[in-house]
Formats: sequence, structure tokens, C-alpha cells
Amino acid sequence: MRFSAFSLLRNAFTGHEEWPPFWRFPEPKPSYDVIVIGGGGHGLATAYYLAKEHGIRNVAVLERGWLGGGNTGRNTTIVRSNYLWDESAAIYEHALQLFETLSEELNLNVMLSQRGVLNLAHTPGDVREAVRRVHANRLNGIDAEWLDAKQVKDFCPIVNISPDVRYPVLGATLQRRAGVARHDAVAWGYARAADALGVDIIQGCEVTGFDIAGGRVRGVQTSKGTIGAGRVGIVAAGHNSVLAAMAGVRLPLQSHPLQALVSEPVKPVHNCVVMSNAVHVYVSQSDKGELVMGAGIDGYNSYAQRGSFHVIEHQMAACLELFPIFSRLRMMRSWGGIVDVCPDASPIIGALPVQDLYINGGWGTGGFKATPGSGHVFAWTLAKGEAHPLAKPFALERFTTGALIDEHGAAAVAH
Amino acid sequence: MLLIRCPWCGPRDETEFRCGGEAHVARPPDPQALDDAAWAEYVFIRSNPKGWFRERWVHAAGCRRWFNAERHTVTHEIRRTYSKE
Repeated sequence: MRFSAFSLLRNAFTGHEEWPPFWRFPEPKPSYDVIVIGGGGHGLATAYYLAKEHGIRNVAVLERGWLGGGNTGRNTTIVRSNYLWDESAAIYEHALQLFETLSEELNLNVMLSQRGVLNLAHTPGDVREAVRRVHANRLNGIDAEWLDAKQVKDFCPIVNISPDVRYPVLGATLQRRAGVARHDAVAWGYARAADALGVDIIQGCEVTGFDIAGGRVRGVQTSKGTIGAGRVGIVAAGHNSVLAAMAGVRLPLQSHPLQALVSEPVKPVHNCVVMSNAVHVYVSQSDKGELVMGAGIDGYNSYAQRGSFHVIEHQMAACLELFPIFSRLRMMRSWGGIVDVCPDASPIIGALPVQDLYINGGWGTGGFKATPGSGHVFAWTLAKGEAHPLAKPFALERFTTGALIDEHGAAAVAH
Repeated sequence: MLLIRCPWCGPRDETEFRCGGEAHVARPPDPQALDDAAWAEYVFIRSNPKGWFRERWVHAAGCRRWFNAERHTVTHEIRRTYSKE
């Protein structure tokens, strides 16, 4: 079933009660060519591109909970590609370009809104780092501009550029092609499209171990029995370390809670996305009118999907200094997701020391924006058994060779 | 919000502390003797268990001393804090 003006009209006559389900709820087959562990955006995108670009349709996505119920549904929906280093710029820009055509590709509106993202600078050090990043982005063909405080105010009228605050706004980088996208729709769109190509999306199926023989992975043990596999990809975000440990692999990842919250809905007041690394807040307004705000990570390791209140308090203080207009808004909901943070704030994509076992993780606090690119290069990697050129620099070996990709500055959330 | 018992100052609010990551990671006695993989293991690789975890904390806004805690990474329960093993 494809969405079209005609199908919308036809279903309007039947009260929208006859739409078919987006995907099937299959039981696992005895074995698959490829098993993807983790039914979030990255895992579903991986499965979709495996089926679509590489013709590998005997694929299962195993999800412990429900589809898109982890970080995919918990992020602040920001997409951008203004990363400092060439390797990161290449993969995040790849993702952003895929985002730009994703609605057509998936035949589902992912509500991409390229409304522009401001990354604020508050100190002379911030300014130097930000201007450097603008130049680096431009050299990599990524749109980037430096705005002084007055131009920031023109672009985002509600931001406070008064010089007499603790962290005055001295300027900002602007990526006009950046913005927000509907995170749930990205997961649902990939799931629906992958399912249509024959991918089995198996929810409520927890992986409890790996079948490894002769240094090679042969399958996975799950709460729904043992399933054979030619290749296995771990795409489980906060739980990547737990899964890798089942295969005897130790990773340079630490799982932390990352919190976000939304306000009560209000009329359109905020026309772009504002991020501030220094004071720890990022704010956009959803189509429903809620202000969506993200915080920094809690300093301790956790798998609890909740964080400490003082982190939110700190974030709200920063928010009010930047946006005094929000002072009487009520916050409606807050939540946490578990992010797997790498020492260099860059992902790990590629082979693990067990043959035919691969990982796509370590996206830390910034995975959503990468979803299409991450799935695209990881599908290539799983299909061919070698790293996609864009994924190659992100191999696990970089921690041994020392070729780190330090993106703490561009990650926009201090780690 | 965690309530952390500093071995010297007693139970204090989490905001007085900073977490220092996994405890009992000993610096290799002879770093020159390590190959790159062993050095990477020491510098970058840390346990990340879902369950009980022994980690370092510093009472940054208090006595400024380091100590260890055994904390559960799902319930956040702190079973004990100790200054020496």
C-alpha cells in the first residue's frame, strides 16, 4: 500500500478505519542471512538498505521492546551535519542528504523541516572554535555561516543577546539546511519500507547470547529461541556493551542517561533550533507547539532511562537566561534515554573481533541525525563484509592506532 | 538524585560529587612494555555492566577526596562506599 492523495481520499470515506498495518508481526524463522539486533532507527534503516540496495531480503530485526521505543523516540529530533573533522562531516552530511529525500524514498512524510540550527558561542574561546568549524564545514562543502550577536537576534528574535548575563551570546554558527525531523516517522517509515521488502521485524524478542563456533558467529540465542545467522549486526545503542560482552568483546563505551523534556504547547514562537554547548541546552518548537529541550548527560553510568533532577534544573537555568520569554512556561514531561558514549564522541562502525559479528554504535548523544547515513553505510558493510569507505575511519581499531576522531566540540552535548 | 555517603563527610547530595568512572583500573607498572592493544585497553576500554558497578567518586564540593562506591546501574542503589579495598 502506497500513500497518495487518492488513497487518503478513499480512506477518508471509510473513516480511516481500513488502513492496513504498517508492518507484519512475524515469528522468527530458523535462520536468516543477516540479523540486526536493535529495532531503533539505525537498525531499521540498516535492514531497509540491506534489502533495497543489496538485495539481501532474508533479514531479521530483533527488538527487545517495541519498535522505535528507545532513543529513536526519545531524542530531540535535530538533524544537522556541521561536524568539525572530515570523517564526521562526510558521514553526517551523507545522512543529511538522505534525509532530504527520505519522505519520497519511504513514501512516508518524515516531516523534515530545514529551519536552520544555531550553535551559540558564549566566550572568546567558543567564538574561535565556532569560526574554525564554519571554515572546516565549508571546506567540506557543508553550508555554514558565522553570525554575530546582532545577526543571531535577527535570525532568532526571542533569544536574549544582552551583554549583562553570565554567558552572553557573542555569536553563533548557522547551518540553514539543518533542522528537525519527526523521529517516530523515521522509524516507522524505515520499518514499513523494510517490511514491504520482506524483512522480518520481530518485536518483544530479547537477545540473550550468541552462538559462536570456531571464532565465528553462527546465530543468536533469544527469548524466542535460537536463530541462525550468516552475519549479525549489533545496533543496540545504550545496550551495545551488554551485547558485545555476550560475545566476549569489550568496547570503549560507557552508557549514560541523557534527558530531555517538553513544555506545554504554545503558539508558534520559536522559528529555528538553538543549541548551546557551553550552557547545555538545545531548544526547538514542535509542530504541536511544545518546546522540545535537551540536557547534558548525567556523569555516572546508568541503564535506567532516567537521570538526576539537578541536570534538568541546570538546563532550565540556561534556557531561561537565553530565552527569558519562557519564564512562565510549564514543563509537561521529561524522560531519559541511555546513550553509549565513546571516548572521542564519535561512533564505532565495523567488524568486531568475532568473525561475521559487526557493530554500529557509540553514537552517543547525537545518533538521530545520522540515522539514514548510519543505516546506509552499515548495510553496505554487512552486505560486503568490509567497511564502507565512509565507515572505515570509525572502525574499533582506531582506539589501538590512536587515529581518534575527536568530536567533543561538535557533539553539542558536553560529555 | 543520588544520596552518596562520603566515607569522611557522611551522606551528601549528589551535586557535591563528581563521578570518575570505573574503579580499580590500575596503571600498568611498566607502560613501555605494553603493546598498542594493551595500552588501548588501559586508556580507553572500561567495563560497562548493567548491574553492580564499582566506580570512583570525588567529593568535589566537600572534602575533595576520592573514594569508591558500589552502585547498581539500573536501580542506582549504592550498596556501599569505601576508601580502601
